[in-house]
Amino acid sequence: MRLAVVAALVAATFLVLLSRLFYLQVIQHDHYQLLAEQNRVNIVPVVPHRGVILDRNGVTLASNYAAYTLEITPSQVDDLNGVIEELSTLVEITPKDLRRFEKRLEEEPDFSSIPIRTRLNDEEVARFAVNRYRIPGVQINARLFRHYPNNEVASHVVGYIGRMSEADYAGLQEQGRAYNYTKSDYIGKVGLEQYYEPVLRGVTGYEHVETDANGHSIRTLRSILPVSGNNLLLAIDARLQQIAEAAFGDYRGSMVAIEPDTGGVLALVSRPGFDPNLFVEGIDPEHWSALNDSPDHPLNNRALQGVYPPGSTFKPFMALAGLELGKRTPGYSISDPGYFVLGGSGHVFRDWKAGGHGVVDLHKAIVESCDTYFYGLAQDLGIDMIHEFISQFGLGQRTGIDIAGEVGGLLPSRQWKEQRFGQRWFVGDTISVGIGQGYNLVTPLQLASATAILASGGRIFRPHVVQHVQDSQTNELQTIEPYPIGEVPLQPRHLDLVRDAMADVTRPGGTAAWAGWGAKYSFAGKTGTAQVIGLKGQKYDEEAIDERHRDHALFIAFAPAEAPKIALGILVENGGHGSSTAAPIARKVIDYYLLGIEPKDPAPRPRKEETAGD
Amino acid sequence: MINRLLAFIGRHLDRQLMALVTILLAIGVMVLFSASGGNVERTSAHAINIGIALTIMWIAANIPLHYLASIALPLYLVGLVLLVAVELFGFEVNGAQRWLNLGFTRIQPSELMKIAVPMMLAWYFDRYEAVLRFGNFVTATLLVVVPVLLIARQPDLGTALLVAAAGFYVLFLAGLSMRLLLGTVLVGVAALPFLWDSLHEYQKQRVLTLLDPMQDPLGAGYHTIQSTIAMGSGGVLGKGWLNGTQSQLEFLPERSTDFIFAVYGEEFGLLGNVVLMAMFALLIARGLVISANAPTMFARLLAGGVTLTFFTYVFVNMGMVGGLLPVVGVPLPLISYGGTALVTLLFGVGLLMSIRTNRRLVQT
Repeated sequence: MRLAVVAALVAATFLVLLSRLFYLQVIQHDHYQLLAEQNRVNIVPVVPHRGVILDRNGVTLASNYAAYTLEITPSQVDDLNGVIEELSTLVEITPKDLRRFEKRLEEEPDFSSIPIRTRLNDEEVARFAVNRYRIPGVQINARLFRHYPNNEVASHVVGYIGRMSEADYAGLQEQGRAYNYTKSDYIGKVGLEQYYEPVLRGVTGYEHVETDANGHSIRTLRSILPVSGNNLLLAIDARLQQIAEAAFGDYRGSMVAIEPDTGGVLALVSRPGFDPNLFVEGIDPEHWSALNDSPDHPLNNRALQGVYPPGSTFKPFMALAGLELGKRTPGYSISDPGYFVLGGSGHVFRDWKAGGHGVVDLHKAIVESCDTYFYGLAQDLGIDMIHEFISQFGLGQRTGIDIAGEVGGLLPSRQWKEQRFGQRWFVGDTISVGIGQGYNLVTPLQLASATAILASGGRIFRPHVVQHVQDSQTNELQTIEPYPIGEVPLQPRHLDLVRDAMADVTRPGGTAAWAGWGAKYSFAGKTGTAQVIGLKGQKYDEEAIDERHRDHALFIAFAPAEAPKIALGILVENGGHGSSTAAPIARKVIDYYLLGIEPKDPAPRPRKEETAGD
Repeated sequence: MINRLLAFIGRHLDRQLMALVTILLAIGVMVLFSASGGNVERTSAHAINIGIALTIMWIAANIPLHYLASIALPLYLVGLVLLVAVELFGFEVNGAQRWLNLGFTRIQPSELMKIAVPMMLAWYFDRYEAVLRFGNFVTATLLVVVPVLLIARQPDLGTALLVAAAGFYVLFLAGLSMRLLLGTVLVGVAALPFLWDSLHEYQKQRVLTLLDPMQDPLGAGYHTIQSTIAMGSGGVLGKGWLNGTQSQLEFLPERSTDFIFAVYGEEFGLLGNVVLMAMFALLIARGLVISANAPTMFARLLAGGVTLTFFTYVFVNMGMVGGLLPVVGVPLPLISYGGTALVTLLFGVGLLMSIRTNRRLVQT
């Protein structure tokens, strides 16, 4: 009977269906359960508050502020272009905003809320609120923004954050820290923001949000709160930094001031600076090319990355070498004819002062910056001794400061020359090294650090910008390396001798007497000049040559000389003599730091036309 | 008085069928309420549809058998004419020309053919019962193929399939020789490549999608993926009424209509599915029993055809939701939202009741 066949077929079909349902609902249940959960639950990261950066007196250098942003959720919008057009009648949307939006649109999932305008003012917020009902899928959110309230001040120290690049993300993955970020996060790019990224960042929180098929959030199922990043309390004195920056006027250059007792960096100047706020939301092409193409290279951190011959600022260290290694006694003196003749070759090295300094002992050699004295000393020491002794002060080596990108510079040695040029070392090379010329190259930071070592009687601290890390949860302070990492063995009487001589540099008769006039503390210093171009046979005439070919001016200083509280190294590019441009900057900085004296003309003034004194 | 009224209403209603239909309709209302996100308006509209369809079922149940036989040919011809009219004057909705505008209402003639074709064939075989020859089967096949092709051209693959199935069942039950049947199947298989070429692009896509839903998870495969997720995540006991995440959060498409089975499966689990399938199985079994005991060949073939058409709805819909069959627009009988299918199906149930009760009346 055919009906029986049919009934059997129907029964068989139902069995097939039933076994399929059994397969789906029993055997594969866990798999589909997971898929259903993934369907409905979106995991939304919650960005932690980034730690703030404060100077030693609590002045804010980097902070967060909440601002209103206008955001679009693409999954809730049918006609994106129409909505953007509609919005642009209510608030101003620049092509730059649009570009930024489109970039993020590509990167982020559809259900996320993507800002099209940041930092709305109250009027714009009000105008949108009135029209809001007409534009679904658009909302105003309060978001946190990084802000650098002092703009250019300490820009090279603080650095900035910016939107994560592919390279940044790859770096995080390598370090195993990528879990704490999403690809649309901000990350420190330069300066402390970069170096202390793991400290400042905090821990990202997560919200498990139930979401329907159209991307609407229904409710929060679970949330793991973010942990705020820790704060950085700096050794930097923001006012001191500001005064130092202003003291440079329009000159390019760098200054680093260090507290000799701790290694804390009181000020770290690199001029010109830049406004880090420009970078936070992505810098626009005009500002970028202005900064990047400028011949002044404002984005270069000269304190860490600029290398210059130390010039005569090298001499106090040479003097210590002579004393410590027994090549000179305090009483030993020479008669300076204004030049030095290298025995054997007969090669003549000139003193900067034609006619010479007369009878010169070690004290006078430093005070008047006598080249002839140090030519002879260099020859007596030889390059090996010079290299070994001076390298204890860290010249020509990275200091290990807590800002990335530091370069090493160069303290020449026999081995170095052989490796570099495949040439043996000549005695003649040693002579010019003795006055800080020749192959010598140092960064302003190294100069300051070496001066701090000298000022602290030989104790070596690693220079550090951050003094304390403040835990965001407990407010506990963790102090950064407050102890010396080494010591240069120096006899106190030798130290006293060099310090006394350096104090006399800023007194009448010294090379920086003009800068030291009327100082109410003993102001130890040493001037220096570094040649930018070699002049063969010509007389150096500052007025006549191109500004960018003028010599660099250098100055190292510490004060008070008997118990130093501050040590610094200054370089003024094309500043001429150290005494005329660099030393006055030191005076202003130390006057403020020790006595609280505000400079008379705090506002920077053009100083290009001023000629060197001395 | 009330007793007599109830007796009048219930005279031609088969109790077992009525009980099964009532249970299934009740389940349908409950699931629709959940599937529509608690939409009272939509659920009430469904209740009104049920009312209309039940009335039509009652009317069908009260039509005497001999009268049914006499309208088989006119009904078929009217249906055919209307299909041709659709071809000529019908209007398009979503790229398919299925509807005919009569001025006061729109009708979908293909729906009529789901009943008219088996009825016509039952009448035809009944008429030549004594002298059934090979030629009769050829004629009968043509009677099926013509409307099926017209419907497939609209294009409406789901309905064409159901009408073809309905016709085929009657042919089979009438005693189409097994050899011929096998031959037809072979010819059909041989014709598959040509059939494939004649399919519309979206129809091909649906078949391909079934083979690998993941190749286009947000496009053609979306329905199948979401419905299997809903079904699978329901587990043995289900997530509970109104608690299905796939349906309540709108991940399931067509959840009130063709995919309502996924909503049911997600919320009531395998246990609920077993109950539901048992109801359908009992209903189909009852239909086959009615067919077996029918007084005339017309009644037997009609009852069998109608029952198996009902079965085809169930099988195709469940197979589609379960990811066994391609996505074709076939609703789940008595559960899915939508008045037309409900009316057609309950009209068919009404015919079964008529056949059942007429036999009883004849015997007593």
